[in-house]
Parts: sequence; C-alpha cells; structure tokens
Amino acid sequence: MPSLLILVPLIGLVALNLPNKDIMRKLAFWFALGLFITQILLAIQHHPVFWNYQLEKMDSFFRVNFSVDHLSFIMLLCIGIVSTASLLVARHTIHDEKERFKLINLLIIASIGMSGTVMTSDIFSMYIFLEITAIASFILIAFEKNIYALEGAFKYLMLSATATIMILTSIAILILAAGSTSFSDISQAVRSPGNNIVVVAIGLFLCGLMIKGGVVPFHAWVPDAYSAAPASVSVLLAGIVTKVAGIYTLIRTITAIFGLDGATRSALLMLGAISILVGAFAALGQKNMKRMLAYSSISQIGYIIIGFGTGTFLGIAGAVFHLFNHSMFKALLFVNASAVESRLGTMDMDKMGGLSAKMPVTGATSVIGMLSAAGIPPLSGFWSKLMIIVALWRSGDHAYSIIAILAGVVTLAYLLIMQRKAFFGKDNESVSEAGLGIKTASVMLAGVLVGIGISFPFIFNRFLAPLREIIHR
Amino acid sequence: MTIPHISIDTILLFTMVAAALWTVMGRSLLKATIGLAITSAIISILMFRLNSPLAAVFELSVCTGLITVVFVSTISLTKPLTHKEIVELSKERHKRFGYLPIIIIVTAIVLTLIKIRNNVAVAPGADITADVRQVMWNIRHLDMFGQILIIIAGALGVVILFEERKRDEW
Repeated sequence: MPSLLILVPLIGLVALNLPNKDIMRKLAFWFALGLFITQILLAIQHHPVFWNYQLEKMDSFFRVNFSVDHLSFIMLLCIGIVSTASLLVARHTIHDEKERFKLINLLIIASIGMSGTVMTSDIFSMYIFLEITAIASFILIAFEKNIYALEGAFKYLMLSATATIMILTSIAILILAAGSTSFSDISQAVRSPGNNIVVVAIGLFLCGLMIKGGVVPFHAWVPDAYSAAPASVSVLLAGIVTKVAGIYTLIRTITAIFGLDGATRSALLMLGAISILVGAFAALGQKNMKRMLAYSSISQIGYIIIGFGTGTFLGIAGAVFHLFNHSMFKALLFVNASAVESRLGTMDMDKMGGLSAKMPVTGATSVIGMLSAAGIPPLSGFWSKLMIIVALWRSGDHAYSIIAILAGVVTLAYLLIMQRKAFFGKDNESVSEAGLGIKTASVMLAGVLVGIGISFPFIFNRFLAPLREIIHR
Repeated sequence: MTIPHISIDTILLFTMVAAALWTVMGRSLLKATIGLAITSAIISILMFRLNSPLAAVFELSVCTGLITVVFVSTISLTKPLTHKEIVELSKERHKRFGYLPIIIIVTAIVLTLIKIRNNVAVAPGADITADVRQVMWNIRHLDMFGQILIIIAGALGVVILFEERKRDEW
C-alpha cells in the first residue's frame, strides 16, 4: 500500500481547495501534520501489512512500480520529520492565514514529490517526482516576492532547468538502449561495454543530479536560495529537498543502475573533498547566519559524497547516516535561525549577541545542532563522520580521510563563531523567546540528534546494517 | 565549387536557435512570448519530420497554444514599463546575454568536431509506435498523477506570484 502515501495527500490537497475555504484553511495545518506524523510512524515501524500488502484494484489502477527498501525508509523518515518542523515554523512565522494556507498546499506537494522520488524504481517516474519537488520549491523560494526571494528563485529555476535538460536527455538515451524505464532493465543495458553514447548519458545524468544537490562546482544557487526563502522554506530546502533531489537520487541511481566503477569513485571522492573544503572555508567568511549555514550545507554534502565514493558498505552506510543527520542538524539550525530572525528581523550576525539569556531553548538547541554538525561525541553527527573517516582510511584513501578530519576543525570554528556572535556575550534586553511552534520544532530535532547519538548501536542494527542490500543487489 | 547540401531540417534548426535567442534577448515580454511560441512551433515541425506526429501535436497544443495564452494573460497583469526603462533593460540584457550566441556557435562547432561513437541499437522493448492513449492511461498511470500535481503547483504559483501585484495595480 505505499501508493497511499501519494494518493491520500493528493486527494486531501484537492479537498482542501474545494469551496468553503474558511474551514479548509483551518483544517489544512492539522491535515498536513497528520500526514507527516503518519509517514514518520510508518517509516520507523516498517510494518509489512502496510508496505507489502497489495491493494489489488488500486495498485493495478496505479500501475505502480514502487520498490521500498531500507534506504527508502530512512529517506521517508527524514522527509516526515523535516516537513513537520517546516510546518510548525510556518504556523508561527506566517501570520496571514490565507498565505499560510497556500504555503501548506505547496509543502504537501513538495512532500508528495519527495516521497514519490524515494519510493519509485522507475527512472521516468523519478524524473516526474523530481520535477514536482522542483516546481513546488521554486514557488516556495519566491513566496515572499521581494527582490532577494525572486533572485534566489530565478537562480534555482535556471540551474534546475539546466539539470532537467541534462537528466531528460540522458533518460531518452537510456530508454533507447534499454527499451524500458525500470532501474533493473536499464542497469543491464548500461553495463554492456562499448556504448560511448551511454557513457555520455550517464555523465549528463550524474551532473544533473549534482546541480540539484548543490555539489561544488554546481553550488552557485544554494546560498541565495536558502537565505532568500521564508523561514519555514529554508528549513525544508536545507533539511531535505536538496538531499532527496540531488544526493539520494545520486546514491540510488549509482547503486541500482550505473554501478560504482573506478572512474566514478575517483570523481566522487574528488568532488566530495572539494565540496567539503570550499563550503567550509566560504562559511568562515560569512556575516549572514543563513548564508553561513548554506555554505555549511555544501561542506556537509561533501562528506556524504566522499563517504559514498569509498564504495564500501561502511562508507555508504556512513554517507546515508550522515545524510539523515545532516537533514536533522541543518533543519534544527535553520529553525533556530528563523527564531532569531522572527525576533530581531535581521540575519546579520554583527547585530546579534547575548541571545541565549533571553532565548534559552533556541540557544541550547543551537549548541546541540552545532556540536552535532561539528562531529562532537556522543551526538549523532559524530558517529556518521566517524564511519566515513574510518571507511576512507580502510579503503586506502588516506589523503581524503585527513581532509575530512581537518575540515571538521574548520566546521567547529565557523559554527563557534556563529554561536559566539549570536548567542553568547552581553545580554540582549530587547528580545524574547520564539513562539511555541518554533520551540517545539527545535526540541524535536535536538531530541532526535541526542537520542540517535546515545542509541547508536540500536540505530546501526535496525536502520544501517540492512543497507548492505543496496550494495549487493 | 560545390555548394554544401543544406537540408530543410538544418534550416529549421538554425531558425529555432535564432527564435530562442530572440526570446531571451528581446526587450519586450510580449515579443519574448511570441518568440517562445515560434520556437515551439519549429520544434513541432521537427518532431513531425522525425516521425513523431503525436509528440508534435502535444508540443503544438501545449507550448504554442496553452502556454502562450498563459504567458500573455500573466503579462497583462504586470505593470508596463516606460520607454526609458525598456531601453535601460534592453542594454543590460544585451550586456548580460551577449555571450549566448558565441556559446551556441562554439558548442555547435565542438559537437560537430567530436565524434561520439553511437552504436546504441534501439532495444526491442522500446515500442515507439505504441498508441498514445494506451501509454498515457494504461502504462504510465502514475506519471499522469504526477502531471496533475505539477498543474496544481503551477496554478498555485500563478496565484501566489501574481495575485498581489494585480491588487496593487487596481
């Protein structure tokens, strides 16, 4: 019944936009919250009754080619948690009910797009779901309609359109070669040697995904889009959209279709290392909190790519785990940034200071997010970075391992600068703590980071160990 | 001296590129929309000549027809610029996009020189003659739902991005 995760939100979306909008506007928040929490529970539980049971009539009507495995469960969990955080932030930062209603509609559409992307095993359906996510994201970035929002949205649209052209051209060639759009058929077709045009198609496809994921050198749109978007949208974009649209798809298509050969591995390791360094050093020089976090995202995505580039189980499991952790701590840091923005009306860190005393929840959870991002034990970010570094060392990529360790120090440095400028120092009398929704989102995300860090052995056995199936498929 | 043979497809391709450049470099939104419609119409003719009549019909009806109507309606909601603003924008646009024709010409030359060995045989499963009704309503159901979602997102986008400007103008 995984098709219900697409069908129920779609029907709900249509119902919400029927006449009698006043009631529907009030219901929209609770409907979306119910959807996201249900998705979280289903992804944690993996109950076979839901995931394996076939609704004959509906599934035959849908002709669904969904294939949900443990990687999909982790991604569905991420989508559910970050969408919930984004929804809670929207409730307390967008005061006009009509505007909030529109944003919730788009949030549901983006969520359907992302859920479809992580469940499908058909390359063309994946493209359709990616486009749904991209269109919803583009409108969400432009939501506030000021010059910065429109600039950020335009940059995202242009680069996303370029990525789309590359992906679509590649899909056309792959369909010609395989005669089918399913992952397994294309996988067989592309692994037969001698097809240079297929190699070009694979290159185009992977470059397209890297643009969507904001990997260096395709990262130009990331800082503008993240900093120009409304608070709740920044949480969603930084927390999950780029991870699903660029990084999950990269991991999925390489493991299920293209395979990780020596050349791809070298390219991934190099791009990952460059992303780590460029993102970390660019973050050091930022004065705007959201832009600093955006560059930090580019750096953390580098860790995911470099871990995946090892091609070993430990590296890939570490990459997927870091993808999850990065979603959580980056969503948390953006939630806290939105809390600060809602109180001070600025993201300029030189105009902040002493916020911890008046915003204790925001300040404390920000420390947890920061320490997790920097890889400090026992928080969850420590374990994923450790897995990646150990995998790099074991696979003989010692230089990349050292880069990953040293960049961790730079990460700690810029996050400490942020923490000191914004939260420590002289008491700021003019502010008060953020609203209940934002505090709830912060505490929820910080709880996930601490909880997962403490219960790492359980998490490894339940969620990460089964990832062996995606490598040995 | 022999004159190189230039097929109708080559002429169409050049015209399509020229129309696309006119679309992005022109000074008026309305002219850009007309340029886009011409580009789409030429793509439709090319698709028809490449033995894909149904794809050509879709391109013609959706891009040349529907999207042009949507764009023209949207433009009617925007504030018209003064002559001075148009001239300034035009100068800036030419400065910003002046390199585009050069990139296209260089890319065309490079692609002509590079010979990528294309030995992909069309796989037996790739049935390009399948009935479009069969494809859309029986084989690719899920993608139809995806397209419904894209249309809803697009409609929301128009409402969100243009509603207030319309109110301001009134």
